[in-house]
Amino acid sequence: MRERDDEWTGLMRSAIAGDSSAYHRLLKAVTPVLRAAARRGLARAGQPVDQSEDIVQDILLAVHLKRHTWDVTAPFAPWLFAIARNKLIDALRRRGRRIFVDIDDFAETLPGETPAETASPSEVAAQLQTLPARQRDVLQSIAVDSASIKDTAAKFSMSEGAVRVALHRGLTSLTAKLREN
Amino acid sequence: MDTDQLIRTLAADNAHRARPVGFALMLALLAAAPVSLLMFFTELGVRPDVMVAMRNPFFDLKFAVTLALAISAIAVSLHLSRPEASLRGFGWLLLAPVGILTAGIGGEMMMPQRLPMMTRLVGKNSWVCLTAIALLSLPILAGALLGLRHGAPSRPALAGANAGLLSAGLAATLYASHCTDDSPLFVATWYTIATALVAAIGALAGAKLLRY
Repeated sequence: MRERDDEWTGLMRSAIAGDSSAYHRLLKAVTPVLRAAARRGLARAGQPVDQSEDIVQDILLAVHLKRHTWDVTAPFAPWLFAIARNKLIDALRRRGRRIFVDIDDFAETLPGETPAETASPSEVAAQLQTLPARQRDVLQSIAVDSASIKDTAAKFSMSEGAVRVALHRGLTSLTAKLREN
Repeated sequence: MDTDQLIRTLAADNAHRARPVGFALMLALLAAAPVSLLMFFTELGVRPDVMVAMRNPFFDLKFAVTLALAISAIAVSLHLSRPEASLRGFGWLLLAPVGILTAGIGGEMMMPQRLPMMTRLVGKNSWVCLTAIALLSLPILAGALLGLRHGAPSRPALAGANAGLLSAGLAATLYASHCTDDSPLFVATWYTIATALVAAIGALAGAKLLRY
């Protein structure tokens, strides 16, 4: 557990320093842990666990947009679990339940426990359709067609800077829309 | 969009760098301050005998109290803007203005007084004091909340209440230069009521605005 936390902290430090592949690896590494905790939270609230993926995506978006509130000298896991807990409580409350979520739900996840992703059309995907065309095109190109920023810029004859701006704005408004619903 | 695709998208946006919350808060406060200053100078203004008043330690004490409140509330606000933060270990900062004020009341008690205690407490401007501090706070509170939206507080209402303390502290600093009631008893009563009111408004607004 200790080792895992140190690894995460190291990856996040590299990510903040500009290493996008470290960031990708970190998000990949935390996702199964978040998923297991989301399922446990849903199960305990008597909700169908197949909604866990929406919660996971919600957490990942918040982690991304609030990563400047992480103190690079502090361990990463407590920060991550605080965001995850907040989002899980939020999601359960929106589904009409008010329950207590234990922070240990996250910390206690066994390393071997890696539940598979459930296939269901996500809230993120639904909200994606409501974005302005340019933001939606850019997001879709990078997410679904796994194009790079450079390729996306070429495809839509935009500058790379404009793609980056559209990408970030798209993620920000997606998050805002998810919060409203 | 499945989760792997989302992760890929987030990683592609890694180059985007957000400013720290402190920076956003500072900008928002700098934008809001002129509004409160304008309200203050058009409606109230500095008291005419300010040069004489400055030699009165109880006049100066008002600024020590209000600035201590503003500064400690700013520090607590920045702390609370982190998701894993709680008041523990930081909340005591907010006791600084209370301590200064208590010392001031003690000091005044030990001096010979021309006016009875209740007269000093009720003062001449209690209603103006309440409304002025509350109204001068509002633009600053709006700015503070806007700046703090950049953070990720785990308890939005608490963070909002604290933003209220911050705004009341700054507004009271302005108002203190207008008010002719210098008794720490007056400050402890009316400034505190106004501050509590603004903190309550901040808590209500924060619960809505500071969720992330």
